[in-house]
Amino acid sequence: MSAVLKPGASTIVSARSPARAKPALLHPVAKPLLFMLCVLPFVWLFYGAFANTLGANPAEALIRSTGDWTLRFLCITLAVTPLRQWTKQPSLARFRRMLGLFAFLYVVLHFLSYAWLDMGFDLATIAHDIPKRPFALVGFTAFVLMIPLAVTSFNRAIKALGAKRWKALHKLVYATVLLGLLHFFWMKAAKNNFGEVAIYAVVIAFLLGWRIQQRLRSA
Amino acid sequence: MHFLKDRGFAIPSSEVTPRDVYEGRRHLLKLLAMGAAGATLSAWAARVALAQSTTARPNKLAALPGSHSSVGGTMEKLTPYQDVTTYNNFYEFGTDKSDPGRNAHTLKTRPWTIAVEGEVKKPKVYDIDELIKLAPMEERIYRLRCVEGWSMVVPWVGYSMSELIKRVEPTGQAKYVEFVTLADPKTMPYVGSRVLEWPYVEGLRMDEAMHPLALLTFGLYGEILPNQNGAPVRAVLPWKYGFKSGKSIVKIRFVEKEPRTSWVKANSGEYGFYSNVNPKVDHPRWSQATERRIGEDGIFQKKRPTLMFNGYESQVGQLYAGMDLAKYF
Repeated sequence: MSAVLKPGASTIVSARSPARAKPALLHPVAKPLLFMLCVLPFVWLFYGAFANTLGANPAEALIRSTGDWTLRFLCITLAVTPLRQWTKQPSLARFRRMLGLFAFLYVVLHFLSYAWLDMGFDLATIAHDIPKRPFALVGFTAFVLMIPLAVTSFNRAIKALGAKRWKALHKLVYATVLLGLLHFFWMKAAKNNFGEVAIYAVVIAFLLGWRIQQRLRSA
Repeated sequence: MHFLKDRGFAIPSSEVTPRDVYEGRRHLLKLLAMGAAGATLSAWAARVALAQSTTARPNKLAALPGSHSSVGGTMEKLTPYQDVTTYNNFYEFGTDKSDPGRNAHTLKTRPWTIAVEGEVKKPKVYDIDELIKLAPMEERIYRLRCVEGWSMVVPWVGYSMSELIKRVEPTGQAKYVEFVTLADPKTMPYVGSRVLEWPYVEGLRMDEAMHPLALLTFGLYGEILPNQNGAPVRAVLPWKYGFKSGKSIVKIRFVEKEPRTSWVKANSGEYGFYSNVNPKVDHPRWSQATERRIGEDGIFQKKRPTLMFNGYESQVGQLYAGMDLAKYF
């Protein structure tokens, strides 16, 4: 979160003089710095897996945390546009692709850790397990929907598709985040434990609600 | 259950140590240590050595020794004390596995009474220290399989529940036993959360409760139970998923009707009254065919197969003869 809030904080200054705030976001180290922050959870988990610091059930910890980070990065990515408008910092947009790709990195890790640690990379078992369980199927669908977004994330793909089609395709992220939330909700429902789910639900409702409101206003 | 007949717990006569060997075991162990005895006995010696090592106390809590018991005995590697006491489900202290270990220090285990009531000829309110002296303590090494798909091997200390049940003399009306556990909002921070209905209630059929494997448990690793593991007294039912084994019990009621247990009330589609470990009946959200042994299976190791009735089929299978275990899950 701090990755996004940081540039936002500098906008307090920008209220007075937008020209002076701009360099902070456009600074050449801004992107590498954000990259370092985003990669931290991965480094921490990777280190933990080998140093055995992930608790009594490291496999479960890996699967759960990579899932958590996927949902967090999806929320952060979806927060870029509203933040950009409120803070009147259009340059925030240049971080969005990286944040989205980090969401993809964590979902890939999430799926891989499930497939490897829980299923032992047994493709037949995985193919049997996913469709059998609605909660897994929903999560898997969300993952699959993210693939075309990651694949078309580079400039040439955007050009080849054309801005309009690219934008339409990338609306899939709304379906992804809702399916991801449903996946998380269903997983937690097994133990009637909805506290954390409620927090994500409020954040996602806000992020999507804001977009609906914008659409209604412009219509 | 006719598949998987021998789980290795019915000891073939060839495995039974001859009496004279048994009686001379100390001498033999010495000989073995000096390498003077035959290799055929080395496996047996290793097992004895292993069994003895289990009594090594972590020296954290008051000692509660138990005589070594062969009931349900397993020679599998024990789960480290550290894991047994920091990876717990005890929702009264929080839903995260590490919460109970952090929060349960507030639990006061003295004074503590256990009311035994309902369909019994001799109802009685036991003081915990009286209950501890009711029958000789035994150390029982059981596998513990959680419904979530992980497992442990724990050296519990306690005695068969039947010892208590016999003493209170259940009437003919007593068909089930209900275990009511403590729900004290002052010492249990998560009592009042909407995850479950409090107090946490569990139950058994009478014949299940009378089974020698059903353990009224007061300790683990040769010491009294740490709070997060259900001090001062809990149930341990090794052939059922862990949540059937109520912690910090305050009331044991003998009843005629099947008790409505907390998890059945919360989600009867996913948790049944019986909740016997069964690799063939999946939880709706995940498979129960395999499990991960805490503290032993490496992170990248394939999960091990789960055994019918958690490997206690030869002991408890007959309790469920003729029952449709997919229906009565």
